[in-house]
Amino acid sequence: MTTSTSMRDSSIYGLMAEFDSAQELVDAAHKTHQAGYQKIDAYSPFPIEGLAEAIGFHKNRVPLVVLIGGLIGGISAYALQYWVAVITYPVNIGGRPFHSWPSFIVVTFELTILFAGLSAAIGMLVLNGLPMPYHPVFNVPEFAKASDNKFFLVVFSSDPKYDAAGTRSFLTGLAPRMIAEVPS
Amino acid sequence: MATNTQIPVADRRVSEIAPGYTFSTITEKISNIVLSRPVSLGWIVGFVIVFSMMNMLMIALGYLFIKGTGIWGINIPVGWGFAIVNFVWWIGIGHAGTLISAILCLLRQTWRNSINRFAEAMTLFAVACAGIFPLAHMGRPWLFYWMFPYPNTMRYWPNFRSPLVWDVFAVSTYFTISLVFWFVGLIPDLATLRDRADIPLVQRIYGLLAMGWRGSARHWHRYETAYLLLAGLATPLVLSVHTVVSFDFAVGIVPGWHTTIFPPYFVAGAIYSGFAMVLCLAIPIRAIYGLQDFITMRHLENSAKVMLATGLIVAYGYGMEAFMGWYSGSQFDSFLLWNRLHGPYRLSYMALLACNIFIPQVLWLKRFRVSTGWLWIISFIVLVGMWLERFIIVVVSLSRDFLTSSWGMYYPTKWDWMTYLGTIGLFLTAMFLFVRILPMISMFELRTLLPESHVHEEAEAKQ
Repeated sequence: MTTSTSMRDSSIYGLMAEFDSAQELVDAAHKTHQAGYQKIDAYSPFPIEGLAEAIGFHKNRVPLVVLIGGLIGGISAYALQYWVAVITYPVNIGGRPFHSWPSFIVVTFELTILFAGLSAAIGMLVLNGLPMPYHPVFNVPEFAKASDNKFFLVVFSSDPKYDAAGTRSFLTGLAPRMIAEVPS
Repeated sequence: MATNTQIPVADRRVSEIAPGYTFSTITEKISNIVLSRPVSLGWIVGFVIVFSMMNMLMIALGYLFIKGTGIWGINIPVGWGFAIVNFVWWIGIGHAGTLISAILCLLRQTWRNSINRFAEAMTLFAVACAGIFPLAHMGRPWLFYWMFPYPNTMRYWPNFRSPLVWDVFAVSTYFTISLVFWFVGLIPDLATLRDRADIPLVQRIYGLLAMGWRGSARHWHRYETAYLLLAGLATPLVLSVHTVVSFDFAVGIVPGWHTTIFPPYFVAGAIYSGFAMVLCLAIPIRAIYGLQDFITMRHLENSAKVMLATGLIVAYGYGMEAFMGWYSGSQFDSFLLWNRLHGPYRLSYMALLACNIFIPQVLWLKRFRVSTGWLWIISFIVLVGMWLERFIIVVVSLSRDFLTSSWGMYYPTKWDWMTYLGTIGLFLTAMFLFVRILPMISMFELRTLLPESHVHEEAEAKQ
């Protein structure tokens, strides 16, 4: 086990522990969070219920982004149709009123869905900080299994409680398959 | 530490996935089809055939752009012809993909997890084929952007009271959202391919598409929310698309079009033909690529049941059209029914009744639902039947309107057939490439079907 004297080693991004099962990862994440570590992350090949809560992540703003996107889409679609049909290009079609609102519902609906859907996808990517072609966790060769069948927990070196030796011995207590330093 | 203490009861009875699989064997089996399986002679021969068919489409469209829509059989009164028949048929086929991926997702039907990926791909390719027809039917397709509202020097704006303008918005939104939904679903699997690819260039391409996905718990959390919201948005969208397509007809006054039953009847017909296409594709694919463990008989049987149910809704639609022909007392509506049964296109109406209503009733028998051969044949028959339905709605209605002086016949020309068969070539070409380039079954969603993926909070609390 290497012991580093510096608590803030900038060449180290964090310590990574590898687990065999989803259950082990969730339990380890719970314990790590309860031990007072704030800047941690867990990686899994599929979504695991309760894992985000286990690492103390609650703030999910995707629904708000989608709501705003949908409202912008719907309101702008109706406003555009109103402006075209009533103000800038009024044409008498079959004697219908210029502001024939039932006819405007379809386009309003479609653009609400379009804007909300694009907001969901783009909002999710942007909030996740993707695209991000390089990330330090990819420096650990074993991490290639994070998209297959292995489960990982990382304590970032930026965590106030992080210290190379202490954190390593804490992680060892969680009985992982292996522990690796993540170079930044 | 117990990783697998209890399997929920619901999971024990199902065979969504054959027993004995682990996370890594799922990954291996599906990603190897893309990454390491050699290209077989059968694939090459099949690809050459469908690629030639696609080139036939290119020739047909090229000649169309030179000569104009006069090369088709359309005329006055039958101005819509094959172009609109095929447009409605292809759009309808796309609907099953969205139904499987969005509606069944909201209903927590986990059996969808192994068929949603290629059903969504089917949707995309079908909508792409559908989109060609209205563009080609415009006569001057290079001016298609006139349909969109944009400031222009002619100082004109689209008429938002027209169903044809609604169609532009509905179909383009449908394509965009289907593409986004499909791509979002692909991101974690692209990361798996990136991590498993041996060839640096291949790894780079998948890496670029995966956008640095690393499976972080925070990312999964937002991802699942976004995916669920997309499913929630796609559900009303898919119901709206064929509704809007049916408005193209129902808002018109032609007998056979001007009916309020059209929206639900079109949506049911769309799902009917879409599930038929899912079965027509799934049955050979699972046999060729040995995916019987993931696309099990349960999937095929469920799809057959959906076909049976939506087929009965379609049958109700036909019955109601006939009933209204009699009950309305309108001579034009009762003539419509007489004309379908005894007019010049009567054979296509008889074939329609056989393909869409009578033959699929054998699906009540389990023997037919669990036989891949029979299922494939019945699905193919339904696809033909649903095409005939659109032919009857478009052509038979237009050929006999209110005035006998404006009656006329429609005969498709070889260019009509080449365009139609050509889009089937385009669809299959895209499908052939898809199964070799992208994982055709969602790996990360299959992993969640394994009992090991379920985490028990109690186990943690005990310690």
